[in-house]
Amino acid sequence: MLKRISAVLFFVFVLAYGTQLTTCFAKSISSTELINNAKGYDGKTVSYVGEVIGDIMRRGENAWINVNDGINAIGIWINVSLLKDINYTGSYKSSGDKIEVTGIFHRACLEHGGDLDIHAESVRKIESGRMIDRKTDPAKRKLSLILGGVLVLIWILSLFKRK
Amino acid sequence: MILRPRLEEVKIIGYYLGKIILGLAFTMLIPAVIGLAFKELNPALDFLIGFEAALLFGFFLTKVCHTEKDLNWMQGMIVVSLSWLAAMALGATPLFLSGHWKSSLDACFEMMSGLSTTGLVLVQDLDHLSFAHNIWRHLGPFIGGQGIAIVALSFFVKGTSGAFKMYVGEAREEKLLPNVIHTARFIWLISIVYLVLGTLALGITGILNGIKPANAFFHGACIFMAGFDTAGFAPQSQNILYYHSPAFEMVTMFFMVFGSLNFNLHYQLWNGNRREIFKNIETRTLFISIMLTFFIVTVGLNQLNVYPKAILLFRKGFFHLLSGHTTTGYMTVYATQFINEWGSLALVTLICVMALGSCACSTSGGIKMLRVGIMFKALKEDIKRIILPGKAVVVEKFHHIKDVFVEDRSVRAAFLITVSYLVLYIAGALIGMFFGYPFLSSLFESTSAAGNVGFSCGITDTAMPTALKITYIIQMWAGRLEFMAVFALIGFIMASIRGKK
Repeated sequence: MLKRISAVLFFVFVLAYGTQLTTCFAKSISSTELINNAKGYDGKTVSYVGEVIGDIMRRGENAWINVNDGINAIGIWINVSLLKDINYTGSYKSSGDKIEVTGIFHRACLEHGGDLDIHAESVRKIESGRMIDRKTDPAKRKLSLILGGVLVLIWILSLFKRK
Repeated sequence: MILRPRLEEVKIIGYYLGKIILGLAFTMLIPAVIGLAFKELNPALDFLIGFEAALLFGFFLTKVCHTEKDLNWMQGMIVVSLSWLAAMALGATPLFLSGHWKSSLDACFEMMSGLSTTGLVLVQDLDHLSFAHNIWRHLGPFIGGQGIAIVALSFFVKGTSGAFKMYVGEAREEKLLPNVIHTARFIWLISIVYLVLGTLALGITGILNGIKPANAFFHGACIFMAGFDTAGFAPQSQNILYYHSPAFEMVTMFFMVFGSLNFNLHYQLWNGNRREIFKNIETRTLFISIMLTFFIVTVGLNQLNVYPKAILLFRKGFFHLLSGHTTTGYMTVYATQFINEWGSLALVTLICVMALGSCACSTSGGIKMLRVGIMFKALKEDIKRIILPGKAVVVEKFHHIKDVFVEDRSVRAAFLITVSYLVLYIAGALIGMFFGYPFLSSLFESTSAAGNVGFSCGITDTAMPTALKITYIIQMWAGRLEFMAVFALIGFIMASIRGKK
């Protein structure tokens, strides 16, 4: 009986450990981790989460997008068909869509001149981006008016002094 | 006996400093207008405030210190070194107001990095920065690269004698034209013509690579200003890696080399003297140095199999070698990859080329090829003296616009500046090590700051110690001005404290 229980426990342990091993790269990995341990992740399938920033640069059937996880941005080589859900890219006026990219990570991509990149296999939108409504800062408006007023006053005084 | 400076001297310095600040104030209108054009109201207000503050400060100095007297050498040098500090503080105001820099010191760091054409960055969330602030980051190198005093010389200063002293104070000894103000205007003319051509070239390359036209030309203008002025800033956080484009890298490489050439050489090319580029000691030394160091970098990267294909070695190895040698600092790898992947041989070679720099009287930093060439010629002359019979007359000459004999005076000057740079590189590295950073990383970052390069191996970060930020600011400032103006300011301060009345 004890032998059986031990065997079952051992089997469960191996299964649990094995599952953990095979899925460890499926959990999203930060850009810092990917860049600092690039050799370890080279050629492996990774999952990476971040905001799409800047331009979507189409190159034939594929495109380059850059995804920023808040620390660094990493280039993603992606088929155009996977881009259909991406509506916003991050800039001053908008926050970009937050996506999860799963694909093959390259430390120095042989296809792309040695760039550190991810070749996307699937993309999932986690959060939609939006336009950012930036209202004028009243403190800045006041300060610029005060400084402008002082400048005009000095200019008028210097005119009187000249006369 | 050291004499304490008289009030009259302080007034002369204050007056010319005020003039330069007035010149700088008007440059802030460019990003303000761009902010309005792109409907970025808060950024436009940031620059309006910056413009008004600079104008007030400039007005105050020119009125309080009003004088008709011209500058002497000492005063000219002090005006230049102070004007760089004032430009840093005033130029950093709109950056700090944007909220993208964690402290005013970080904003000052970024501004000095831009003005001195270094390219080290402390900006936060660059990918969401406004067009107005981004264009100001890139205008910094364009203004500082040509010379802050040159802005004032071109438009505000009438007397040519004082103007020449300020021109020399900004590490420019060569006059292209007999009149220094005409020289300053010529430098602006070629810079603006190249800006238009460079923006077009990079903009079209950007469009062909899938960037929207308005963005492509904006990026083109930014990359040109920071590339031609060997600064290495870029509008996105990934620097040149953002574009993932060999064509973009090729055009950028061309402008990096073009911008690192001596303005005197540009003048010769403009006048049709194309042979000068093949005969000039600077271009020859630069070419030899690039070939030699690329060979070593290739060996270093190959040993570790960092880039297993020739095209990769070219796009990463040669690009960064050229970027470091021209002191531009454009990167297509991440900062920590240098330390983690490149290996000691390639990394030390990269530090050496950063230390050497490119041509004199250009926007590049470092020791400069002219000095390296002169010292090499002097060494050759001395070796010949040893080998040849005692009665033999040994004379070495080199070609720099005209044939020049190697004189002890020029060798001494080249050697002194070289030693000053080496001391600056080592001092920065020691301070980095004091704060716990490893030797190679500290030397890399210190050489990058003092040589006005802009490469980072990861030390430059908003979390680094305040004292190290100040160290790098001083290194960038002293490196760009090539020491003389900085020494003059230190002497002036010492005389003010310890001098006799």
